[in-house]
Amino acid sequence: MSNFLHWFIIIISVGSFLGCVWLIWWSSRPRPGEASSGEETGHTWDGDLAEYNNPLPRWWLWMFYLSIVIGLGYMVFYPALGNFAGTSKWTQVKQYEEEMQRADEKYGALFKQYAQQPIPQLAGDTAAMKTGQRLFINHCSTCHGSDAGGATGFPSLKDRDWLYGSSPETIKASILNGRNGVMPPFAAAVGGEQGVDEVANYVMSLSGAPHDAGKALAGKAKFAVCAGCHGPEGKGNQAIGAPNLTDDIWLYRGSIGAVKKAINEGRNGVMPAQLEYLGEQKVHLLAAYIYSLSQAQ
Amino acid sequence: MSHEKVEKNIGLMMLLIVIVISFGGLVEIIPLFFLKETTEPVKGLKPYTALQLEGRDVYIREGCYVCHSQMIRPFRAETERYGHYSVAGEFVYDHPFQWGSKRTGPDLARVGGRYSDDWHRVHLINPRDVVPESNMPAYPWLQENLLDEQQTPTKLQAMRTLGVPYTEADIAAAADAVKGKNELDALVAYLQVLGTSIKNRR
Repeated sequence: MSNFLHWFIIIISVGSFLGCVWLIWWSSRPRPGEASSGEETGHTWDGDLAEYNNPLPRWWLWMFYLSIVIGLGYMVFYPALGNFAGTSKWTQVKQYEEEMQRADEKYGALFKQYAQQPIPQLAGDTAAMKTGQRLFINHCSTCHGSDAGGATGFPSLKDRDWLYGSSPETIKASILNGRNGVMPPFAAAVGGEQGVDEVANYVMSLSGAPHDAGKALAGKAKFAVCAGCHGPEGKGNQAIGAPNLTDDIWLYRGSIGAVKKAINEGRNGVMPAQLEYLGEQKVHLLAAYIYSLSQAQ
Repeated sequence: MSHEKVEKNIGLMMLLIVIVISFGGLVEIIPLFFLKETTEPVKGLKPYTALQLEGRDVYIREGCYVCHSQMIRPFRAETERYGHYSVAGEFVYDHPFQWGSKRTGPDLARVGGRYSDDWHRVHLINPRDVVPESNMPAYPWLQENLLDEQQTPTKLQAMRTLGVPYTEADIAAAADAVKGKNELDALVAYLQVLGTSIKNRR
């Protein structure tokens, strides 16, 4: 802060205080010849209702002066006067850092201890899982649901169906680094509108959903272009997160319309990486929580 | 008592009231126009792209600031949930800033990159599709309204007048950058850049 602003703030702040003191002193001072109390203003209402012109009650006046003294003390103690940091040296950032440090002393050891345990073991620790659930509600439920049941386009984490695999390490890697499940549009590759319709019917037939058998048969041959990711039998590929199409679990709703949309427009599922937000230790605990959900059923 | 002089002289009373009110503002507001912390952008802060700026206008028009703040205070309870606390230098290109003062919904100061574009789209069209407990209104019309690209260069020009360092090339390219995009595209682009100039700690 420049020297000018420094003095600008000091002069106006201190000047305002002095101004307040003067104003209250001046306005409460009896004028020459005025009675100290008991005098009437001369206003009368309703015939006989009169108004005294008494000074402010002394206790009130002294409270006012007291608040001015406290205010001055505040300006000396806290950073209020330009560049003067105040005798307490208080800053907002310092207070925040102290709060973080206290929390770290209290919880740091706990998270560290959790982080040293293998995920399957941690998943059996009731207290740890309670903490895990709170972290989940705060950071994961927005997409995966507060019950971890997922939503259209956002996978359920409590069933035993996994896009990228069920091992504790895979779950942890998904959270740490995120995932990007890309399916490019395939309409042209399967032969336009008719091809999309046939392949979609074939995909529906894989899980035994209602479909047109004739179209499905025609679609079976065209499914070859899909097999690169979803496998020749449509069972998916966890290495690249290609979903299994033969079970009745759907990421984007299991209707023929949704399947056609996927073939026509592709899909782009993004799970953002959480390492930067949560740190490795909390991710470890979250991975254990999610692992415990899949083990519970 | 002398207070009579103030009470019976309305001109003097007005003068004193103006002094009392304005002196607080003089001391608390004016220095902020000259402090480095409040006038210089943080390292890495970029002006909004044309599409993001249009999205910001949608944000203002729909009144998002009524329920969402963009100001993470330096308290552990906030930084644990939202990320690094907000600093003044992040908002120097915001005219006006969208700090808000009420949180019916969560703070959005660092929502950028938190969720996927798809999530934002589904969520804006109908929040209940992804968050069943949500009481946020649905904004389905955003995907139907196309942006008016004629207006965009004027908006960048106005921002430049207010001190945002847009180049002539930025302004010339603005119309093409938003052509054919809808309001949902713009709003998602804006949300995805919020707070990304400061890396989260850890």
